[in-house]
Amino acid sequence: MNLKNNIAISDSGFVFNPASGESFSVNPIGLEMLNHIRQGQSIEEIVNSIEKDFQVEKSVIERDLHDFIDMMSQYHLIQNEEE
Amino acid sequence: MITKKRYERPVIKKLESNMPNKFGTRTEYEPVLHLDDVPVKDLISKYGSPLFVVSERKIRKNYQAAKQAFETRYPRVQFAWSYKTNYLNAVCNIFHQEGSWAEVVSGFEYDKAINNGVPGNNIIFNGPDKTEQDLRKAITNNSLIHIDHLDELYMLQEIAKSTKQKPRVAIRVNMDTGIYPIWDRFGFNFENGQAWDALNKIMFSGTMELVGLHTHIGTFMLSPNAYAVAATKLANLAQRLQQKYDHEIKYIDMGGGFASRNTLKGAYLPGTDTNPSIDEFAEAITSALINSDFRPKNPPLLILETGRALIDDAAWLLGSVIANKRLADGRRSTIIDIGVNILFTAFWYAHKITPAQKFTSYTEETVIYGPLCMNIDIIRDNITLPLLNKGDQIVAHHVGAYNMTQWMQFITLRPKVVLIDQNSKVHVIRNNETLQNLMELEAVPTHLATFDL
Ligand SMILES: Cc1ncc(COP(=O)(O)O)c(C=O)c1O
Repeated sequence: MNLKNNIAISDSGFVFNPASGESFSVNPIGLEMLNHIRQGQSIEEIVNSIEKDFQVEKSVIERDLHDFIDMMSQYHLIQNEEE
Repeated sequence: MITKKRYERPVIKKLESNMPNKFGTRTEYEPVLHLDDVPVKDLISKYGSPLFVVSERKIRKNYQAAKQAFETRYPRVQFAWSYKTNYLNAVCNIFHQEGSWAEVVSGFEYDKAINNGVPGNNIIFNGPDKTEQDLRKAITNNSLIHIDHLDELYMLQEIAKSTKQKPRVAIRVNMDTGIYPIWDRFGFNFENGQAWDALNKIMFSGTMELVGLHTHIGTFMLSPNAYAVAATKLANLAQRLQQKYDHEIKYIDMGGGFASRNTLKGAYLPGTDTNPSIDEFAEAITSALINSDFRPKNPPLLILETGRALIDDAAWLLGSVIANKRLADGRRSTIIDIGVNILFTAFWYAHKITPAQKFTSYTEETVIYGPLCMNIDIIRDNITLPLLNKGDQIVAHHVGAYNMTQWMQFITLRPKVVLIDQNSKVHVIRNNETLQNLMELEAVPTHLATFDL
């Protein structure tokens, strides 16, 4: 799971894909997850670090994170290993 | 101790700069936290979810506004509450306190009106299915019987002869008002002469007192002009009765059918912005009557059987989120505890749905499903909402008409209905169903009483 090269992410949650010209907005939790993904962290690492800061159970974060990653691949923002 | 931040689920949304947002306006997801000053969360914690909530304040306001719209334009106006639209006794009695008569379409509804204390001569009895027993009762009570077909006319004639009572009757007239489909299955047709023929039969029989003319041209009508056409045609029949028999009818009943402020499915703009107001319907009807040949000294009473336009926006349905799911095509779906079994009007309306708690400004396009294990159970097929979580509460708006009568006991039990009175006090006006209630109606033959598995 890798964020595609040269995807621009602003601090306010604005995401731009220069390859397609498409832009997106993410909410603060999404932004945090995106930054962790960009740093190459694993699902488990991301879940642990979110759980430290937020009032929520790990199982909920994990479910939401998988859903979020699915949406990012639908939008072609994430590259799967084999691509 | 470290206090942790509030969690919201992650969301990513594609920005479409060149397309207007077809699905939902900004106001649609503004949270609604209070209904008539009562917190939504208190209502749900006390009375459960889902929950119908009716506003007495809003009903009275709607009624008074409608009455004023007609009375400022025509001297003699009478409303008759359409029972089928919402026949909870508390709701009917608000209308009766305001001065409404009752308009009923079955023996059951007739008995309900009598039970509520409506005087027999203030009940309008419509509909194609009046039994002989119903008719006898209505004649004895001096109710206004609106004849739907010739078989009913002949039955009335026989009862009148054998009992030496004179029923007070009107006929229901259907007609071409320029809108389609024409509702020609109820009453007698104007254009092909059936209506005039029925009126002649009544006048010649001498056994009945012809007091009025009735029409109900359709429901959720968006054209005030159709009412002008209808009123003109009824006035024309009245004029012919005057000429031929020197007979003056006492009232013209224009039925119901004014569109409420709901949004029809597939409509591009919200109904609150586009649907005609009561004043526009009032203007069309009263102008047509005033410009007809009625003499100002003795104009007939104008009766209105307005249903949905008086009550749709006076009730809400509260519910809770059961789960969120991602569909195979990537769309988000939210399952709530409100199904089409209790929100029947979700088949025609894109009901406005708002969250009942504060959210950040992030939103997502969502399909809203009900809890029934049925493919048809869709409350909204596309709506923009904040990021709802399991357990969050929502408010469905404009649910006052037909839901609390057409709901069905299917898969789940029907919930409570509460009324918020004018002092914001909450009253249960219909209790929730229980398994016990339903089992009381059933019987199991003894040979089916037991089994071994
Ligand atoms: C005879 C009659 N009157 C009045 C009404 C009330 O109509 P609405 O709720 O559209 O105003 C109906 C509803 O179908 C009706 O059949």
